[in-house]
Amino acid sequence: MEYLDFELPIKELEEQLDRCQVIGTESEVDVTDTCKKIEKKLIDTKKDIYKNLTAWQRVQLSRHPSRPYTMDYIKAICGDTFFELHGDRTVKDDKAMVGGLGKIGDQSYMFIGTQKGFNTKTRQYRNFGMANPEGYRKALRLMRMAEKFNIPVITFVDTPGAYPGIEAEERGQGEAIARNIMEMTRLKVPILVFIIGEGASGGALGIGVGDKVMMLENTWYSVISPESCSSILWRTWEQKEQAAEVLKLTAPDMKKLKLVDSIVKEPLGGAHSDREATFKTVIKTIEDSMKELKKLSVEELVDQRMEKYFNMGVYKE
Amino acid sequence: MAWFKRTEKGIQTATEQKKDTPKGLWYKSPTGKIVEADELAKNFYVSPEDDYHVRIGSKEYFEILFDNNEFEEIGDKLTAKDPLKFVDTKNYVDRLKAAQEKTGLKDAVRTAVGKSKGKDIVISCMDFNFIGGSLGSVAGEKICRGIDYAIENNLPFIMISKSGGARMQEAALSLMQLAKTSAKLAKLAEKKLPYISLSTDPTTGGVTASYAMLGDINIAEPGALIGFAGPRVIKEATGKELPEGFQTSEFLLEHGFLDHIVHRKQLKNKINLYIDLIQNQPVRE
Repeated sequence: MEYLDFELPIKELEEQLDRCQVIGTESEVDVTDTCKKIEKKLIDTKKDIYKNLTAWQRVQLSRHPSRPYTMDYIKAICGDTFFELHGDRTVKDDKAMVGGLGKIGDQSYMFIGTQKGFNTKTRQYRNFGMANPEGYRKALRLMRMAEKFNIPVITFVDTPGAYPGIEAEERGQGEAIARNIMEMTRLKVPILVFIIGEGASGGALGIGVGDKVMMLENTWYSVISPESCSSILWRTWEQKEQAAEVLKLTAPDMKKLKLVDSIVKEPLGGAHSDREATFKTVIKTIEDSMKELKKLSVEELVDQRMEKYFNMGVYKE
Repeated sequence: MAWFKRTEKGIQTATEQKKDTPKGLWYKSPTGKIVEADELAKNFYVSPEDDYHVRIGSKEYFEILFDNNEFEEIGDKLTAKDPLKFVDTKNYVDRLKAAQEKTGLKDAVRTAVGKSKGKDIVISCMDFNFIGGSLGSVAGEKICRGIDYAIENNLPFIMISKSGGARMQEAALSLMQLAKTSAKLAKLAEKKLPYISLSTDPTTGGVTASYAMLGDINIAEPGALIGFAGPRVIKEATGKELPEGFQTSEFLLEHGFLDHIVHRKQLKNKINLYIDLIQNQPVRE
């Protein structure tokens, strides 16, 4: 387990607890009371830390190396029924964008998401979760397939942005994202979007338009990363914490601005501290959302989705 | 020895009598060609010697495209709010005020309806002078109102993009304008009304990742910078030198993302020709 700087008090207590338990098993000393005390203190400390997270700390949590990624969710959600699908049928298979079919109960879903790696090798393989145009086109191909067979779409967003590369521009990164955004506004099946980590700008929105857009508690979603924002507006990387504040990029802020529909609660200590609990909450959220969306006709569904986006923006007249 | 001898002392000229060389009498293109301002305006703001397309705004594009410069603005009362209370090195509110005073514009987009070659068209045009032509809530709403007007009145819609991307000071609200405008374009498409997207120098970021690339035809002015990620960002991310002519109109045409590069002189003709052809109407002179 890796710890972020502000999680260090938790690390210390967890180590204390370990030592206490070791003493208990190796010697005759009764440590039950001491261990219980440490356990209680651990929970209190966690509550204390997690109740007062700054925007920047949430950004750090969203990038926590132990945080579950798209494939972890998909595998936990549909187990052996997952059937991965590859390729955009034009250029190649983008490893930063994954997708395929799977079941929850007796309902099939099309899962699509940006994928990060968990060690140096896989991080490179997944291009750090930064998709190329073919990734977005692969996503669109799968969405159209889902529409054809009336299968709801679920996307998982966790990306530091669409890849800013030479080939990406040659193959139309902007066009690929634009096309996805437009097609997703009018797709004739329900779309559920989960922001599970980083939601960076157009790269996120390229698979992020939906009937229910939901942010996990410790994630961020904005037009730019706090680091890049800092470098452009303050001309230094040092103001990233301030940039994180002013961008209002946390789940509670985004909900308040009515730019996302709801917040998915994470276990105490973040999604990575209890993965199983996180997966369970996500499954429950999917089922609840689908119950609601199934009541709508296709026309109502699409109209409601479009109407939601038409109402986004704040101005005076 | 001086040619003239000043005999009177303490000459004072009243401010209103002082003569100053007016600014903007001449224009110098990047290749060093010099042209008189009036001459430039007559030549569609294109430097006659090297065909350099000078950056212009909604005022000039409306003048070029609408007959007799006659048009009616849509949503011209819209102005930005500061919902995030955004402060960087300056308050967003102050930035807006400064931009409004400098440009005389309300925000980075103007939408208008008027006749072009005798037929009504709706044009939304971005102004780069206004905070880098950045796309925020007001710009998004003005574009949407233009599309709504086109849908209600069965008119073609023309979008002229010129932007550094989404407006950072409105953060995710700006980002969602990509979805908002794209959803409206989906509505326009449903009505089978033509959408012409013109990209001009520069068209980057969120604008490229939404309406600029979604035209029934995408056209551009010669030599414009058009791309998703900015050249500096790509250089930093890849550590590679960028190829010659990277992200220019000509580059995009070559890679299949533009239908046509149109000289500004031909802009009105080409847009109307496309409209007549795609709507199967007689071609107007």
